[in-house]
Amino acid sequence: MTTDRVLQVSKISKRFPGVVALDGVALDVAAGEVLAVVGENGAGKSTLMKILAGVYRPDAGEIQVDGHTVALHAPSDATRLGIGVIHQELEVVDTLDVAANICLGRERLWGGPLQLLDRRRMDAEAAAALARLGVAIAPRTLVGDLSTAERQLVTIARALAMQARILILDEPTSSLGLDDTNRLLQVIRDLRTQGVAVIYISHRLAEVEAIADRVVVLRDGRNAGVLGHGAIARDVVVRMMVDREVRPGGTRRSAPADPSAATSDACFVIDALRTQRYPYVPVSLSLRRGEILGVAGLIGSGRTELAEAICGVTPPRAGSVRLDGEVLRFASPRAAIDRGIYLVPEDRRHAGLMDVATIRENITLPALRQHARGGIIRRRAEADSARRAATGLRVKAPSIEVPVAQLSGGNQQKVVLARWLSLSPRVVIFDEPTRGIDVGARAEIYDVMRGLAAAGAAILMVSSDIEEILDVSDRVAVMHDGRVTGILDREACTAERVMQLAVA
Amino acid sequence: MSRKELSVLGLLVALCAIVAFQSPQFLSAGNIQNMARLIGTYGIFSIGVGMVIITGGIDLSIGSVCALLGVLLSMMLVEWRWPAAVAVPAVIVLGAVLGAAHGLLITRLRLQPFIVTLCGLLLYRGIARYIAADVTKGFGAATGFEWVRSLASGSLAGVPMPFVLLLAIGAAAAVLLHQSVYGRYLFAVGRNAEAARYAGVNTRAVTAGAYVLSGLLTGISAILIAFYTNSISPSSHGNFYELYAIAAAVVGGCSLRGGEGSVVGIILGAALLQVIRNLVNLMDIPSSLDFAVMGAVILIGAIADELVRSRAAGRGGA
Repeated sequence: MTTDRVLQVSKISKRFPGVVALDGVALDVAAGEVLAVVGENGAGKSTLMKILAGVYRPDAGEIQVDGHTVALHAPSDATRLGIGVIHQELEVVDTLDVAANICLGRERLWGGPLQLLDRRRMDAEAAAALARLGVAIAPRTLVGDLSTAERQLVTIARALAMQARILILDEPTSSLGLDDTNRLLQVIRDLRTQGVAVIYISHRLAEVEAIADRVVVLRDGRNAGVLGHGAIARDVVVRMMVDREVRPGGTRRSAPADPSAATSDACFVIDALRTQRYPYVPVSLSLRRGEILGVAGLIGSGRTELAEAICGVTPPRAGSVRLDGEVLRFASPRAAIDRGIYLVPEDRRHAGLMDVATIRENITLPALRQHARGGIIRRRAEADSARRAATGLRVKAPSIEVPVAQLSGGNQQKVVLARWLSLSPRVVIFDEPTRGIDVGARAEIYDVMRGLAAAGAAILMVSSDIEEILDVSDRVAVMHDGRVTGILDREACTAERVMQLAVA
Repeated sequence: MSRKELSVLGLLVALCAIVAFQSPQFLSAGNIQNMARLIGTYGIFSIGVGMVIITGGIDLSIGSVCALLGVLLSMMLVEWRWPAAVAVPAVIVLGAVLGAAHGLLITRLRLQPFIVTLCGLLLYRGIARYIAADVTKGFGAATGFEWVRSLASGSLAGVPMPFVLLLAIGAAAAVLLHQSVYGRYLFAVGRNAEAARYAGVNTRAVTAGAYVLSGLLTGISAILIAFYTNSISPSSHGNFYELYAIAAAVVGGCSLRGGEGSVVGIILGAALLQVIRNLVNLMDIPSSLDFAVMGAVILIGAIADELVRSRAAGRGGA
């Protein structure tokens, strides 16, 4: 164990309205060490990294670089102290070349008032940084022409060119294939021998096993344990990630209220569906009437793509769905809606609602024709229907003529639900149904889901919230890299088991 | 009426009052009739362009379409001796077909509306000049199709026919835009096309439909304009009409980002532009300043509108 700690973080706390993201977290890393940071979605990894990048300021705690306490007020402070952060969304300018990206913001200039670029010096600097990574990319290549893996290497080279001694990589392999992943791991090993301290955040425990000297596990914003080299084993890490006290008031769903509602026959079958994102991985699942099937997995595991392929938003490459024995292929959301298959999308603002439109207009949009005669909307019928749907879900608003932009997240989600409830759904797909929604509205949304199931609908619920998965689902399918890695019955379903399958 | 419509109406009334005070001729029957005729003619295609703008698109091809259709109408009636009952629908349908072509290129090939209709602007102008051999076309004495001419230059109970047509088309457009399922879809696409698609709206058909309507209404306007001028010079006929239409729509409350606008607002915007042109004539402002005055008035109106809005927002926030 080395003693020259280049970065030491102690007792860092950060709270956002309504949630404690970090609660007294500590970690440290030495020069020439690779420290992996792992944890579930929402464990606080991203918040911690943003604090180290100077994006967020902690509410409490201390950060030391080279033994000196530092304050990170802005990303430029982090850069100056030699902290380089490689974000998941690669921050490169596609229309500039590699050298221009590596020198972005620190362009080398010829002297004189015209501030002309010294391209030769910039190229040389870029080439030197890339050489440290052992990769051969010509400095004048347009970044837009590079692969994802190469672009990532460019961002790492940029950090090195800015004299980074502490390199933080946030989910660096989430969009890389196996070959590129191995190449990246080799680059990291090389950097380690050059004395760079690396903080490696990943969901993928196989990589963590392969590369990390130590592992810090975060859980619910707290340190959940540290494993030294040699002690890093996937089982142990998973247990540390999910081990938790039972949430107070967390009620697991009792068996279906009406046993006859949950028939044993599958009514909705997803048959070898292949999505645009994972075109070579067929997914098959089946749902029973009155059942809530949870779909768990890490971000990027292909769950949203599956949901959107089922509903015709992004038509699948191949495969089909069967509803009550009828084979269906949807080329548009309209086609799915006409069959009673509805999606409550993940991104409410982008895909769910029209912000400036009223509650009424948002609720009635898919069923507008039902409230029209000869193409002309009957305003009274439309308003009555919207009001009924909004009151039924207890949407809190002064009137249905209020723009939805003025509502809270929970009430906005209720507006999306209200849209479908009056249309006698047969299958409803919820994608992250309670993200960004407060506890009270959350419980109401679960009630709606249970009510729908009790009325005989089949429910597919994609969620990254493991407690939600455990509380609400009758069965749980777990996905990893576009595949279904396991299906767990209620009895067999534990957080630990789900996590093992999710990182498989 | 919305706040925006009221503010355009206010500006319109204020301008009329100023001009009437400065030049008594403004209120003469002849002047008002002529102005109403122009408002009707320009207002009809402005409504079409307004609908396109509500989807978040733009239509730059109006002026050239007017030229092409005007040239064709003259050739059909005068040179080819087509019956008016065939030529008039043919011109309107052709306008709709050109709009449909724009709509398909935009929704199927995902080309940008600006590019598609800019190319239309260039293309149709060229075709108009070519088929007319750059010779100015007209209708002579309109023997045999006087009824068509009367649509442009006639009157109904003293109200010029183009204005009557504008009121009829405007009423139909208002029902379509503000009361029908299609109109609601049009706004939905302009506000958030992705969310509209998730809610089952066929966004491509809705968007393409707006361009068809724009072409159709331009076809109707083209007939009125051709007979109003009775002299169709292929190289200059209809020049800048697309800008009149866009200005009318935007002045009348359509947002170029889409999702906002009303038929009443567009008609008020079209009226405002014609009053400004009339003002330049009547107040002895050199006619070379025509566009400059129009630009200045619209700009001042936009600045005043923004100041009022930000002050109102400031009060609301405080």
